[in-house]
Amino acid sequence: MSTRIDRRFAALKEEGRAALVTFVSAGDPDYDTSLKIILGLPKAGSDMIELGMPFTDPMADGPVIQAGGLRALDGGQTMKKTLKLLKAFRAGDDVTPIVLMGYYNPIYVYGVEKFLVDAKKAGADGLIIVDLPPEEDEELCIPAMKAGINFIRLATPTTDDVRAPKVFRNTSGFVYYVSVLGITGTKAPDLKSVKQNVNRLRKHTSLPICVGFGVKSAEQARVIAKDADGVVVGSALVSAVEKSLNKQGKATAKTPKAVHDMVREIAKGVRL
Amino acid sequence: MTAIPNSYRTGPDEKGLFGIYGGRFVAETLMPLILQLEQAYKDAKADPSFQAELDDFLEHYVGRPSPLYFAERLTEHLGGAKIYMKRDELNHTGAHKINNVMGQILLARRMGKKRIIAETGAGQHGVATATACARFGLECIIYMGEVDIARQAPNVFRMKLLGATVVPAKSGSRTLKDALNEALRDWVANVEDTFYCIGTVAGPHPYPEMVRDFQSVIGKETKAQMMKREGRLPDSLIAAIGGGSNAMGLFHPFLDDASVEIIGVEAAGHGLKKKHAASITGGKPGILHGNRTYLLMDDDGQITEGHSISAGLDYPGIGPEHAWLHDMKRVQYVSATDKEALEAFQLCCKLEGIIPALEPSHALAHVMKIAPKLPKEHLMVMNMCGRGDKDIFTVAEILGVKL
Repeated sequence: MSTRIDRRFAALKEEGRAALVTFVSAGDPDYDTSLKIILGLPKAGSDMIELGMPFTDPMADGPVIQAGGLRALDGGQTMKKTLKLLKAFRAGDDVTPIVLMGYYNPIYVYGVEKFLVDAKKAGADGLIIVDLPPEEDEELCIPAMKAGINFIRLATPTTDDVRAPKVFRNTSGFVYYVSVLGITGTKAPDLKSVKQNVNRLRKHTSLPICVGFGVKSAEQARVIAKDADGVVVGSALVSAVEKSLNKQGKATAKTPKAVHDMVREIAKGVRL
Repeated sequence: MTAIPNSYRTGPDEKGLFGIYGGRFVAETLMPLILQLEQAYKDAKADPSFQAELDDFLEHYVGRPSPLYFAERLTEHLGGAKIYMKRDELNHTGAHKINNVMGQILLARRMGKKRIIAETGAGQHGVATATACARFGLECIIYMGEVDIARQAPNVFRMKLLGATVVPAKSGSRTLKDALNEALRDWVANVEDTFYCIGTVAGPHPYPEMVRDFQSVIGKETKAQMMKREGRLPDSLIAAIGGGSNAMGLFHPFLDDASVEIIGVEAAGHGLKKKHAASITGGKPGILHGNRTYLLMDDDGQITEGHSISAGLDYPGIGPEHAWLHDMKRVQYVSATDKEALEAFQLCCKLEGIIPALEPSHALAHVMKIAPKLPKEHLMVMNMCGRGDKDIFTVAEILGVKL
């Protein structure tokens, strides 16, 4: 079964360039502004969107993305509203792949089966669930595959050659290589080890490999894009949201533009 | 579960599950470490020299066995069941936490880890970890919520005296759950040299099992001591529950003794309809901090803040084995409010000359509720898992006394 993710990577392969994957938290800082942000992402140069499902306790995220999620929750964001946001995006864009990214508890509480039906209906193409390693595949990964939603796995510098086959066994869509040991947005990726690791992981999978965690500039994107099939930018965009807010922490007229400008700038790195 | 029929003591299974609870819900970066830890713990358990070394430290450094004390005046006052206290507050560092810490630190040494991280709420686990690290010359970093740092200043100073670095957790609600998040974030960033010393029977497998095993010394001693004093098993066991390590330590050796009634007491805070920290009584199953268990959360699956007068019980979850024992109805889970715990605290000071920590004061509050209705030959054991020196400021403030 081909998904929007598969089709997008196939098209980019024709074009001969890597994908720019952009992460924003759904509902950050409020629903309406968030919708404006994601609606403008493809035009700004984003090839694929990771939409963060806010959670109170994001154990793999650094301070920037934690704050983005909490702003969204303070603004009244819920799982239902995240799916509504996705549906609203899909009304105007039926080609850009959307991957829902987050933690398992909100999905578990929503109900796995109901979530998969509703997410598919809303137009989700893939899931990245940080706290579901392959040891817990029966929870969501296998049901998601059956529902026609890609389950995208994180591989890390600790995913060695012994562990890699287990990690990739039920992965589809693409592989997200976490370029640093640590949480999102704190360390800059060591570009040399990225190259080595991407080449190492290719021995274990024919799926596209996207690289993220710590990417902030067009130059970093350009270097990573030479070896990877996609570059993920997250904290830099959530930080752009934060910097555009007024003193009360509310969105301003500049908020969507601040994100889109940064995407436009980093997109140059994959479009040389 | 590959259970021996009619045994409650065989869990977890190879996936780290107690029924549906437990598991390994962690980021991929941590998974290889957790598998490595599981193997290292298995090897240590099979090595008699590991247990011998631990026993030696428990005897000479921690001060075990702790006494099983007949609380004669409290028994007379309540006029019913014969009440014994398992005196784990007499341990070095003043609580049961050190039992587990000694085990984990010896394991960390076996694994060649030089940097120890831990989370702490009230500070008891932090102090115990800092103590053991000082004893073995290991680097020690303690994560503690900013709110807890403010309300547990003496313990923060103790940790610093012992050479630990105390890092405030400034995210989220800035309490114990956030300290756990920060410790997990540290671990993800420092996987090579760091050992995460978890303080309760929660977290990803193998922690719930490992911490339970190290704390089971409480129940094993209790069993032997009771046989010696009374010639039979106790009729009931009562312990306070935050994450549930002191309770699991007391309960586990008795789970297959059907005649023993077992009761865990959660913190009902201001009351179960208001702010509380009673995860089983007032929560539902979900996934947090590496395991599936009962959690306090809203309808959207967002974790809510617990409240208890006791910072050590102020956690929105509970160990997964407790969740299972609740579902199996082997252990009865009840709750006590801040007010009830405070009354029990004062009564214990006056009648027994023991200043209990606010955590076991919750267990005492339940003893006060049920002991009067029981016959005099009923043997009851409550776990006095910590001493109350750390809590005198909190108590003074509530009683309106200026120190």
